[in-house]
Amino acid sequence: MENKSLFKPGHTACAGCGQAIAARLVIDAAGSNTIVVNNTGCLEVFSTKYPESSWNVPWIHSLFENAAAVASGVESALIYLGKKEGINVIAQAGDGGTADIGIQALSGMWERGHDILSICYDNEAYENTGIQRSGLTPYGTNTTTSPPGKESIGNMRFKKPMPEIANAHGIPYVATASVAFFQDIQRKVKKAISIKGPKYLQIHVPCPLGWRHEPQLTSGVAKLAVETGLYPLIEYENGKLLAVRKIQPKPVEEYLKIQGRFKHLLNNPEAIRKIQEIADNNIEKYDLKIQS
Amino acid sequence: MREFLEGSQAVAKAVRLCKPGVISAYPITPQTHIVEELAQMVADGELNSQFVNVESEHSAASVVLGAVAAGVRAFTATSSQGLLYMAEVIFNIAGLRLPLVLTCANRAISAPINIWNDLQDSLSLRDSGWIQLYAENIQEAADLHLMAYRLGEDKSVMLPVMVCMDGYILTHGLEPVDIPEQEKVDKFLPPYKPLYKLDPNQPLTMGILADPDYYLETRFAVQETLNDVLKLIPKISEEFKSQFGRDYKDGLIEEYCTKGAQKVIVAMGSVCGTIKDTIDGLRAKEKKVGLLRIISYRPFPYAKVYEALKDVPQVAVLDKALSLGAYAPLVSEIKAAFFGKKKSPKVISSFVAGLGGRDITPESIKEILRRLTQREVNSEFIDLKPELLREEYGK
Amino acid sequence: MFGPLITKPGTSKNNKTGSWRAESKPKFLQKNCIACKMCALICPEGCIEGLEKNTYNCDYAFCKGCGSCAVICPKQDIEMVKEDKE
Repeated sequence: MENKSLFKPGHTACAGCGQAIAARLVIDAAGSNTIVVNNTGCLEVFSTKYPESSWNVPWIHSLFENAAAVASGVESALIYLGKKEGINVIAQAGDGGTADIGIQALSGMWERGHDILSICYDNEAYENTGIQRSGLTPYGTNTTTSPPGKESIGNMRFKKPMPEIANAHGIPYVATASVAFFQDIQRKVKKAISIKGPKYLQIHVPCPLGWRHEPQLTSGVAKLAVETGLYPLIEYENGKLLAVRKIQPKPVEEYLKIQGRFKHLLNNPEAIRKIQEIADNNIEKYDLKIQS
Repeated sequence: MREFLEGSQAVAKAVRLCKPGVISAYPITPQTHIVEELAQMVADGELNSQFVNVESEHSAASVVLGAVAAGVRAFTATSSQGLLYMAEVIFNIAGLRLPLVLTCANRAISAPINIWNDLQDSLSLRDSGWIQLYAENIQEAADLHLMAYRLGEDKSVMLPVMVCMDGYILTHGLEPVDIPEQEKVDKFLPPYKPLYKLDPNQPLTMGILADPDYYLETRFAVQETLNDVLKLIPKISEEFKSQFGRDYKDGLIEEYCTKGAQKVIVAMGSVCGTIKDTIDGLRAKEKKVGLLRIISYRPFPYAKVYEALKDVPQVAVLDKALSLGAYAPLVSEIKAAFFGKKKSPKVISSFVAGLGGRDITPESIKEILRRLTQREVNSEFIDLKPELLREEYGK
Repeated sequence: MFGPLITKPGTSKNNKTGSWRAESKPKFLQKNCIACKMCALICPEGCIEGLEKNTYNCDYAFCKGCGSCAVICPKQDIEMVKEDKE
């Protein structure tokens, strides 16, 4: 049977890669009338090593931080040609390429109001370069540049609130998604591209290598992140909270104990309490709890 | 049409004639007037272009990269720090084989911060694979933009071109300039026809990962292409002359009174105007002096330089930039043109002047000629002020 | 002159990542399948295809053996079995 996906197999992602799942879901939801601009990162590296490419849509990679700016150029060119109508422009990057090195170009693109969907594949570290800490690495995570030791419990900082930053720019659509819920990703992509203007979609994608879990548990790990309240699935339209995914909250320990990157916290009740506090704050802020 | 124009205005009018579809730039002195003129043209409906005000030069270069990748002619301008900030993208554009024209309003590089003219900025990116052309006056600066698009978009080239014009001296100076008519420009410069572009009807992947099995050939290809550009520039200069009447000869160098000269100065950019004036005065007094002006610094016209200077006994190279810790950028190339050759000047002396906008006067030029003797000198600074120097800090 | 520059779309299919499998591979029992498409959606390689019930299978030329499909199937209709390569 001919594979109809726009993201072909034969790429060199790790077995069980969350980003590979999400990237395919995204481009299949966006459709063939899409131009993709990709920052440097796992996705770009594993899908376009010469002479092979997994992409069945026009696709360009420039540098680590400028997908949003290159996409602005593509979108402007399409407007000049009178061809923008019906062509989607996606600028995609990992968490580093979005929240750290890429945030300037992203902020500029949002502020100028380009009709571009920006996607962040959030695997919570610089996985491609060997699991280093990024601005979206959660509290307490073991990465190679935030390793736990005598003087440290691991990453001491909290996730940069990219959805809030996106909202502060006044863009018409901001949402988070998770590779645990495939149709939700596709629905949100379709919803986003139907809206004119800058859009931001942040997708939680576990990395079996960097998070240290079995490859077949990718979806399960992502689901627990949502179910503990640590990764709220939210949807904003024009700055107003439209919908959230309600949960029956599970204790964060269930999520932490199945990943090697949090193993060192399991005998540290203070750290776990802090992480539970993050989850509880999310649950309260977004009213995530299912009311019985 | 002949008008009395500020350099930036002339460049903006030349760029408008080239009909770029996307313009993106970030403010930096002394380039800013160029893009301000273009912004007004767009606002007045005189130029159909998407004008994208970006948040940094890195993004300005990225926006025009994306535009050309999508098949639309684009333009940007910058100087100094801005050029260095976008340096990563500059290399990227050449490696992606995307034609583009960028105006570099040459300005000194920080630190210390200095907004006046020298050539350090563009010369610091000479390794990037861009074609680099240096204008002597405003007319040439305007004309070079037309030729630059024609050159870069040629199917055998597909490389970006940097048109360099001295900041303030040319950007803010005023000259009578002939601005060509649109119909003539359209004949000389057809619309951009990309060899490859981002188009949902014909998907392709740009910006590959090339591992050690594939990378070497990409650089070889650019090197070979730039060698071929040395043959293409004269052809385009010839076409330009037949269309617009102005003769830039081979478009690579300009020989001014070099025939029979005992001493020749080699230089680039607007200082050549001063040098020509000085030479006129000296020639009137029977002094056998001349000027070799380099127009194309990349690709460097070694063979032309050899032919022009091989019988000249003494050559002074005036560099308005440094490669700190080594020979200056222009003299390195001049010396390389002669090494191992049968004929060569007996002396190729290196002089540095004009950094940070320090004025180069006819007196400075005469000083260079005075210091050009049988004894070869290296990186001699002209008009240096020793009173500003201390061997030890704080003394 | 041009060197390696542009790649044609979908050429990754020339890279048969099925050779990555070491221990196990999925066996599609095609007995209780309800065509919910979860396996096709989750496969990181995107190499699972099917139409009606009990028609889902994967392209072993690309399957890396991650086991996600077996975990996600609501009817336990996919089993991870021992890889039978030399």
